[in-house]
Amino acid sequence: MPKRNDIKKVLVIGSGPIVIGQAAEFDYSGTQAALSLKEEGYDVILVNSNPATIMTDSEIADKVYIEPLSLDFIERILRKERPDAILPTLGGQTGLNMAKDLSEAGILDDLNIELLGTKLSAIEEAEDREEFKDLMERLHEPIPESTIATTVDEAIAFADEHGYPVIVRPAYTLGGTGGGIAENHSELLAIAANGLELSPVTQVLIERSIAGYKEIEFEVMRDAHDNALVVASMENFDPVGIHTGDSIVTAPVQTLSDREVQMMRDAALKIIRALKIEGGVNIQMALDPKSYKYYIIEVNPRVSRSSALASKATGYPIAKMAAKIAVGLTLDEIINPVTGTTKAEFEPALDYVVVKIPRWPFDKFSSADRRLGTQMKATGEVMAIGRNMEEALLKAVRSLEIGAVGLDDVTFDNLSDEALMQALMPARDDRLFMIAELLRRGISLEAIHDKTLIDEFFLDKVLHIIEIEQELAEHVNDVDYLQYAKKNGFADATIAKIWHQSMSEVRQLRHSKHLLPVYKMVDTVAAEFESKTPYYYATYEKENESVVSDKKSVIVLGSGPIRIGQGVEFDYATVHAVKAIQRAGYEAIIMNSNPETVSTDFSVSDKLYFEPLTLEDVLNVIDLEQPIGVVVQFGGQTAINLAQPLTDNGVQILGTTVEDLNRAEDREAFDQVIKQLALPQPVGKTATTVADALSAAQEIGYPVLIRPSYVLGGRAMEIVSSDEELKDYMQRAVKVSNDHPVLIDSYLVGQEAEVDVLSDGETAVIPGIMEHIERAGVHSGDSMSVYPPQYLSQKVQHEMVNAAINLAKSLNTVGLMNVQFVIHENTAYVIEVNPRASRTVPFISKVTHLPLAQLATRVMLGEKLADMGFETGLVPADDMVHVKAPIFSFTKLPDVDSLLGPEMKSTGEVMGSDTTLPKALYKAFVASNIKVPQYGNVLFTVADADKEEALTLAQRFNDLGFAIFATAGTGSYLAANALPVEILDKISESDNNSVVALREQKLQIVINTTQADERAESDGRLIRNAAIENAVPLFTALDTVKAFLEVLESRSFTVKEMQ
Amino acid sequence: MKKRYLVLENGSIYEGEAFGADTDVMAELVFNTGMSGYQESITDLSYRGEIIVFTYPLIGNYGVNRDDFESLRPAASAIVVHEIARRPSNWRQMMSLPEWAEKSGMPGISGVDTRALTKELRDFGVMKAALVDEVTEETLSTLKNFQSSNTMVADATTKTQYQNPTDGVSIALIDFGLKNSILRSLAKRGANVMVFPADVAAETVLAANPDGILLSNGPGDPQDAAYAIPTIQALEEKVPLMGICLGHQLFALANGAETYKLKFGHRGFNHAVRHLSKERLDFTSQNHGYAVDRDSLANTDLVVTHEEINDHTIEGLRLKKHHAFSVQFHPDAAPGPHDAEYLFDDFLTMIADAKKETTQNA
Repeated sequence: MPKRNDIKKVLVIGSGPIVIGQAAEFDYSGTQAALSLKEEGYDVILVNSNPATIMTDSEIADKVYIEPLSLDFIERILRKERPDAILPTLGGQTGLNMAKDLSEAGILDDLNIELLGTKLSAIEEAEDREEFKDLMERLHEPIPESTIATTVDEAIAFADEHGYPVIVRPAYTLGGTGGGIAENHSELLAIAANGLELSPVTQVLIERSIAGYKEIEFEVMRDAHDNALVVASMENFDPVGIHTGDSIVTAPVQTLSDREVQMMRDAALKIIRALKIEGGVNIQMALDPKSYKYYIIEVNPRVSRSSALASKATGYPIAKMAAKIAVGLTLDEIINPVTGTTKAEFEPALDYVVVKIPRWPFDKFSSADRRLGTQMKATGEVMAIGRNMEEALLKAVRSLEIGAVGLDDVTFDNLSDEALMQALMPARDDRLFMIAELLRRGISLEAIHDKTLIDEFFLDKVLHIIEIEQELAEHVNDVDYLQYAKKNGFADATIAKIWHQSMSEVRQLRHSKHLLPVYKMVDTVAAEFESKTPYYYATYEKENESVVSDKKSVIVLGSGPIRIGQGVEFDYATVHAVKAIQRAGYEAIIMNSNPETVSTDFSVSDKLYFEPLTLEDVLNVIDLEQPIGVVVQFGGQTAINLAQPLTDNGVQILGTTVEDLNRAEDREAFDQVIKQLALPQPVGKTATTVADALSAAQEIGYPVLIRPSYVLGGRAMEIVSSDEELKDYMQRAVKVSNDHPVLIDSYLVGQEAEVDVLSDGETAVIPGIMEHIERAGVHSGDSMSVYPPQYLSQKVQHEMVNAAINLAKSLNTVGLMNVQFVIHENTAYVIEVNPRASRTVPFISKVTHLPLAQLATRVMLGEKLADMGFETGLVPADDMVHVKAPIFSFTKLPDVDSLLGPEMKSTGEVMGSDTTLPKALYKAFVASNIKVPQYGNVLFTVADADKEEALTLAQRFNDLGFAIFATAGTGSYLAANALPVEILDKISESDNNSVVALREQKLQIVINTTQADERAESDGRLIRNAAIENAVPLFTALDTVKAFLEVLESRSFTVKEMQ
Repeated sequence: MKKRYLVLENGSIYEGEAFGADTDVMAELVFNTGMSGYQESITDLSYRGEIIVFTYPLIGNYGVNRDDFESLRPAASAIVVHEIARRPSNWRQMMSLPEWAEKSGMPGISGVDTRALTKELRDFGVMKAALVDEVTEETLSTLKNFQSSNTMVADATTKTQYQNPTDGVSIALIDFGLKNSILRSLAKRGANVMVFPADVAAETVLAANPDGILLSNGPGDPQDAAYAIPTIQALEEKVPLMGICLGHQLFALANGAETYKLKFGHRGFNHAVRHLSKERLDFTSQNHGYAVDRDSLANTDLVVTHEEINDHTIEGLRLKKHHAFSVQFHPDAAPGPHDAEYLFDDFLTMIADAKKETTQNA
C-alpha cells in the first residue's frame, strides 16, 4: 500500500522530561520518527516540553513547539496548526496518554484529527487490566491469575485457590510501597494486612507469582496489510521478578530451543494482529524453565525503551519503520536502511551477542533502597556487543562507569559466604558482582541457581570469567592465556591487575604479539547480504571489517549511560559536534555505549563504534582510525576524564588542552588563575585528612560547602554547619586521601547564576546569562533557571560577563566552558568552572538560537569566532523569557529524600517560554506536572530559620484566598503574627495530621524546609512522601515558592474591599 | 584442546578446536543464519553432503533433546561454529551437542571466525571444504578433485515402504530425504500417511489409492533424482499433489521447467515470501541450494504462486490444469516460523475440492 496522500501535516508528540522509566530512548524514537515522516514528504509538527533533546531542534521538524505536554497547550497548538493527524506512539506513555486525553476531551473529533499508528481501543485493550484480561482470554493466551482484594480474607481465598507464592501490590502507594511476595499463608496475612493499611483506597492486587520464570521479550512490528514480524527476541539474565528495565538483558534469546522460540513468536504475532497495531509493540512473556508453560506479562502498544535497545541490538530502526507504517507504507515497500538493498520485511539475524546492563543511581542516592523489584529504578543503561556472552558481559560492565572494569572490582570482603548468599535475594543492583564473588569463593553454581533461579547457562558464563581470572593468575605473561582472556572480554586493566602490572605493560605485550581487536559490522543479516552500515563493535577474531577511509577523521566521545548529573544533554551536544565535523569536511566517528540515545543511531555519524568508553577501548579505535583528533568536551565527565590519559598516549585532544583543562579542575591551579584575575571567590581550602578538614572549616567559618574533588553533579556534596557534621560527613561520604582530597568552601548565601562561554582563545562569546530561582545550596542542576536574568543588577551581570571572558582567555579555552556564580551582597563570586560543555548547552542553544556545540566544534577544528561574525562579550537577548525547570523521579525511589540540596537529584528538565516571567514560570510548572491551583489549602512546615520568610509567603497565599495549614511549630509562629492558620497534629498524635490530610486531598500545596541537623526528622519525611504519593505540589525551597506565588498572583484578580 | 582445520577450495584455511567425532570429512560448505534450531538443521536430510556453518556464534546452548530430531542421525557431514556451549541448559536437554556429535559420528570445529567465513561464502559462492586434523600438501588438491555424491537422495530415502495409519485422509508421501516435521504436520491433521521410497513406481503409489501425494524435501541437485520425474508426471494427473523443497524442484522439472544452482543458497528462516494471489507475506524456513529458473517456465503449464521478496527467487508453483502445487520453502518449519503452515490446510482443502469435483462429475 503506498503512503497516504490524504494527510499532509502530522503532529508528533514527544515524551517530555526524562524520568526513571521514560528516558533518552524517546528522543531517539521521536527524532527518528520526525525525520522519517519528513523523508516521506509530510509536514511535521513536533511538540515536546524537554529542551535537552535533538528532536526539538528546528531542523528535525518543520515546526517545533517546546511547550508543556498538557491538554490545554496541545489543544492550542492543534487549533493553530490544524494537522491532519497525530502520531502518538513514539512519545512513550506520555504521548499515548496525551492522545487518550485529547480524544476523551473531544478535541480530535472537533478538529477532525486522526490518530495514526494505533487505535485508542487497542491502547485500552493493552493497558486496561480488565480489557487486557478479556483479550488474552479471547486469544487463549495465558496471563497470570489475579484478583483485586479489599480484605485480607479475599487475598487468602485467592491464594488458596491458585496456590503460593502470590504477589501483593497495594494500589496507589509510592513506588509500590508495602508490596511483596508471600510464600505462604502467614506471610500473606502480614503482607496483605500491611498493604491494605498503606493503600489509600484499601485495595491490593493479588497475583499468582511467576517469579523465577524465564523473562522473554519480543519486539514486534505490524503494518496495515497485516504483515507482522519479530525484530528481536531478548532473554533476561534475571528471571521474572525484577522489572525488565532493571534486569540484565541479552539478545537474542539464549537458552530457548527453536520450539520454544517459535511458540512464543506465534503468541507475539497473534497479539499484535489482534490489537491491529500499525507500528511496533513490546511483548513481555514469562516461560516456565521446566515446561512449555508460558504467560503473557505485559504488552506495550507503542515504541518503548526495549524497542530502542532492540533497534541498537539488531540495527533495525524500529521507530523509523513505525513512522512509515503509520502513514500507510507496508513493510515490503520499505527498504531496509541497513543493507540498502533488501526490504524491511525481514527478521534480523544476529551473529553476535548483546548484553544490556542497567545503570542505577545508587552511587548518588546512598540512602535509597538498592533492592530491585517490580518498580524500575535505573536511570539509564549500557549495551555491549561481543562474539560471545563473556565478552559482551565484561564490555557492558566496564561501560557502566561505576569504577569497575571487571567482575573482580567490586568485592564483598566484609560479607561471609552465607551473608552473601542471603544478599542474592531479593536482588540488589550489584548482584552480578555478588555472584562472581561467590563463584570465586568456590560456592557452587547450583547453589546460586537454587537461590536465584538464574539460568545455569548464564551463571556458567560468570563462572567461566572467574576461571579465566584464576588461570591468568597462574600464567603471568603467557600469551595464549592473554589471547584467551581477550577473546572473553577481559580488559587490559583487569589482566594488569591480576598480573600486578600496569595497563600499559599489558597493552605493550599485546601489541608486540599483534593481539589487536578487529571490528565487525552490525548488519541485521548475519553477513548474508552485503551491507553498508557504518556500525561496528570490537572483538578478538580473524577478520577486521572496519575500513579506514582516506578522508581525515575526528572521533567524538559520547557520554555513556544516563545517570544523575549526566543526562541526555550531553548526547545532544555530541550529536551537534558530529554535524559540525561533517560540515567542516571531516569524517565524524562516534564512540558511545548507550543504546537509548540519538548519538548511537548509526545514521547520525559517518561511523559508529558501539564500545565502552574506557582508555583501552578508545585507544584501540584510535589505533585503527588514526583520527586528526579526539573531541572530549561534549561527553560530560566520562569523556573529559579521558583527556589526560589520551594525551599521555600521544592522542591529539581537540579544543582546550589538557593542561588548561587541569588548570580549571585542579583546585590549587585554579586558585592561581582566580588570584591572577583578581576575581571574587568564596574562601576555599583543600584537605587530605580529617584533621586538615576540621581546621580548614574552622578557619573558613561555618557553614561550609564540602565535596570530594573531581565530581559531576555535586556527588557527595553537602553543606555542613558544625565540627560534628563535618566529622560525620568525612566518615560517611568520602574516603579522603592524598589522591582524593576534599574541597571545603565558605558557603555564601545568595542567588546563583551561570554562564556558558564559547571561546577560541581570542574571542570569548557569552551567549546568555542564566539566573537561578533557588539560592546557592540547591544544586544548579536542580534549580529553576531563567533566561534572560530578571533580577540580577547590571553591575552583577557585568561582573559575570567580565569574569567569564577573563577566565576563558586565561584558561585558553577553545570550545565551551561553564562558569557558575553566587551573587552575595550584589557581587558575583565565582564558585565553579567546568572546562567543557555543560548540561545547560541545549537550553541556552535553543533560547539564543545559537548552535553552541556546533560552533564550539568549528572552533576546535580551527575556525575563528571573529570570522564567523562574533565578537567578545554578551549576546543580547530578545524579548522572550525562558524558564528551565528540573524534573525529579522521587515516585520511583521512595527512599530518596526529596529535600533539595547541593547533591543533584533531578533526572530531567522542561522549558517554559513566554513573553513574561510569570507566564513562562506557569508553563514550566505545568510542564513539570505541577498542578497550579486557583484556591485551596497550603501546608507550611518550615525550619526555624525560615519562619520569618515563610510568614510573608503565607500572607501572600492568604491574600490570594488560600487557607493556611501548618504543623505545630510553624503554625504557632504564623498565628502569633496574626495569620489565620489551622494547626495539624504530629503524625503520632492523632489522625488530624498532614499525611492524612494529604491522602484525603485536603491540601493542595506543601511547603517544607528543614534544618541541616534535622536529617532524621521523621514527620517531615513522611509529609514529603505523602505529598509525592498524592501528586500534591511540594516545595522544599522558599525561592521556588516565591516563583510559584508570582504565577498564582499573575493569574489572579485583585479582590479588594471599598475603603 | 585438539586443533582442527577447515580448508576451503579457494585455499583459505581456518584453524579451530575439534569437537564431536574424530574423523576428516570433505563436503560442500554452506551457511545457515538461524539463531536457534541447530538440532533440527543438523538432522535435516536436505543437509546431507554439506558442512554447515552457523552464523550465530553460540551453538549448543540448549543441548540436544529427544523431540527435535528431523531424522535419526546427523545429516550434515560436519558443523562449523564460533563457540560451543560449555554448559548447555534446557529442561528438555538429554546431552550436550558435542557429546551427541561424538556419539553419532559427526565431526565439528569451534573457535572459527564464522562471520569472516560466511562473507567468504557470500562473495565466492558455495565452496567445497575439508575438515581435517592436519593440513598436508595434498589436502587442497584432494579437495579440488573431490566430487559430491550424486546418489544422495538414494542414500537418504527410506528403503522400504511404511505407514502411520489413521482414519484420516490418505497421503502418499514420497521420501526424497524426508524431514520429520512433514510427518508431524500431517499427523497433526490426522492424515493416514504412507511413506514410499524415492524410486517408487507410480503404479505402486496409485495401488495404495491415496487421496493426495506429497513430494518431500531432500538433499542435492534435483537432476540427480530425475528418475522420479516420470512418477510425478503420472501421479499429478490423477491425484492432488503438493511438493516441498526438493519435491518442488522435481515437480517443476516434471512439468518442463529447469533448475539452477544458487550462488550461496537460502538457508535460514528470516526470508519473507510473497504469496502472489493471496497478497500475504510469510516468514519461511528455507534450506535450498537450487532454485527453479523463471525463464524456463515460459512454455509450461506452471504458474508462479510464491516468490522471495528480495531476490525474487521462485518459491512456489501451481499447475494450471491439475490440483498440484509446490513450495520451495518448508511450511512444516522446524526450525523456523510457523507462518506458512496453512499450506498443509490448503493441501487438504484441495484434496477435498478434488473429491467434490470427482463426485459431481461422476
